Amino acid sequence: MKFLAARRRNPLVALGLLLAALVAVGGGYAAIANVQPAQASASSQTQVEEGKKLYLAGCSSCHGMEAQGTANGPTLLGVGAAAVDFQVSSGRMPLAAPGAQAVAKAPSYNEEQVAALAAYVASLAPGPAIPTEEDASFEGANVAQGGVLFRTNCAQCHQAAGQGAALTQGKWAPNLMQAEPKEILEAMLTGPQSMPVFSDGTLPLENKKQIIAYINNLQNASSPGGLDLGRLGPVTEGLFLWTAVFAALIGAAIWIGIKAR
Amino acid sequence: MTDITPHGSQPAKLGHSPVADVPHVLRATDTNPKAAKRAERQVASMFLLSIILVIAFIVCYVTIDKDTVVYIPVFGEVALLTIMLGLTSGLSILLIGAGAIQWAKKLMPDVEVVQMRHEMASPADATAEAAANYERGKEESGFARYPIIRRTLIGAMALFPIPALFLLRDLWSGGLSGKASPDEILSHTLWRKGERIVVDETYQPIKPEDLPVGGLVSAVPANLMEEQELSGNLDARGKAAIILVRMDPTEIVAQQGDGWDYQGIVAYSKICTHVGCPIALYEQRTHHLLCPCHQSTFDLANAGAVVFGPAARNMPQLPIGVDNEGYLVALDDFAQPVGPSFWERG
Repeated sequence: MKFLAARRRNPLVALGLLLAALVAVGGGYAAIANVQPAQASASSQTQVEEGKKLYLAGCSSCHGMEAQGTANGPTLLGVGAAAVDFQVSSGRMPLAAPGAQAVAKAPSYNEEQVAALAAYVASLAPGPAIPTEEDASFEGANVAQGGVLFRTNCAQCHQAAGQGAALTQGKWAPNLMQAEPKEILEAMLTGPQSMPVFSDGTLPLENKKQIIAYINNLQNASSPGGLDLGRLGPVTEGLFLWTAVFAALIGAAIWIGIKAR
Repeated sequence: MTDITPHGSQPAKLGHSPVADVPHVLRATDTNPKAAKRAERQVASMFLLSIILVIAFIVCYVTIDKDTVVYIPVFGEVALLTIMLGLTSGLSILLIGAGAIQWAKKLMPDVEVVQMRHEMASPADATAEAAANYERGKEESGFARYPIIRRTLIGAMALFPIPALFLLRDLWSGGLSGKASPDEILSHTLWRKGERIVVDETYQPIKPEDLPVGGLVSAVPANLMEEQELSGNLDARGKAAIILVRMDPTEIVAQQGDGWDYQGIVAYSKICTHVGCPIALYEQRTHHLLCPCHQSTFDLANAGAVVFGPAARNMPQLPIGVDNEGYLVALDDFAQPVGPSFWERG
């Protein structure tokens, strides 16, 4: 405190205080301004019209003028609003380049535009709707039961700890560590890309919530044992031992031998 | 016979030394008593520190709560207890080793010595005595003199393995107990005509309309729960597990039997025909089923044919239909044994 007291009359102090005050006011305003109630997205006729325009401009070259599908892209009839929301808001669609699998990236459309596109595609043929906040909430769901269901239905592709894994011919099941509850629910309902559909008929919403709760549990799990090495199991652990640890041991043995005196 | 001579400290005789003749250089600890004293202190303090760390280990074990979590860069959030136990016990053994090496390098004599080895072969009189003993044993036991004893002994030894054949016989038949043979056990599962197909873990029966095109269900027979609970039979699950997938009926190229699907819903065994890993890694667009163990890939749109990998047989298909309440049921057991090949299968 002596250090501060001795320098409180320094002319730079005034400048510093001014900067701090500006940052506090500006930052505070920005924080308040961001808290706006989310717009309830009722799919009005204008929204469908808006979505059709966006669709014709951005999607129709691959999915066809009537969403009937072409050689370059599948039909969107019956995929529902949930599929559009999943693919477009995760940035997977529109595709950056043709490849084995669409890659998640920064979305090309804002929330309003995604909602419009979803409303348009949903207006063409019935399909799964975008899950509500309530659908995606997993409050009080049984995590242990979710673990059982995850290992039976999801672990074969996404790996037992949700780390993702390889499929055939360059395709892969993505890592789930950043997945949002709504995204997971949409993926299960719509079966994006190689993933099969897990319908409410065979896996009711209650079970889906349990699976989401389990994934959330995995996402927030700490590693009490230390380095988790990607949670890939014995393969990475063995590789780490045989390469890094053994190299260090051999290096130490050589060092002891060289350092004669 | 041992003959130890310090090497290097004196000129070695030409042609007698097995090691290169390197002149010995004295160390600081050999010439300077102060340096030797310092090395002694270093070694002793390493051993002392090791003792302190062992005590610290016990203190950590008693005092630190196992649920305390700390953040350590690179490692992330880890349990403090694990880290402290590892550090104290690891460093204590490391210091014992480091002290021993320091002791050997600084204080123990560092002159190379040669130890002459005696000859490996036994002396001639010893080998002659052993040979004579063997001859005498042969003579005194009468092995050559009593042919009846010799022949019955050889006969007894030759017949001794026969009981093993009776025991091993149970591997390919049920034995005299009348139980099913392994061949029969492996060839049949819990599936039978009219057995309902239920979702694995939730045991919920399935209607065809519950399963959309592109959908996947891991399923088991409805009677599995009873079988598992009553007789503790976990083998039944290993054989009866199936996956149900639904595809557009026009996409089905071939099946293992006519009309074994139900409106595009097909049921295949979940057990890989290579070495029996459970597979549900189904890609809905290609209809390929990939085994994560050895990358065997089956085409479920084409009678479960092997399209890649070491598996030798198609994935067995289960014929399905619906019962009068509209739930999916099996129409029969599998037409072939599920899982990996075994030799009676041919």
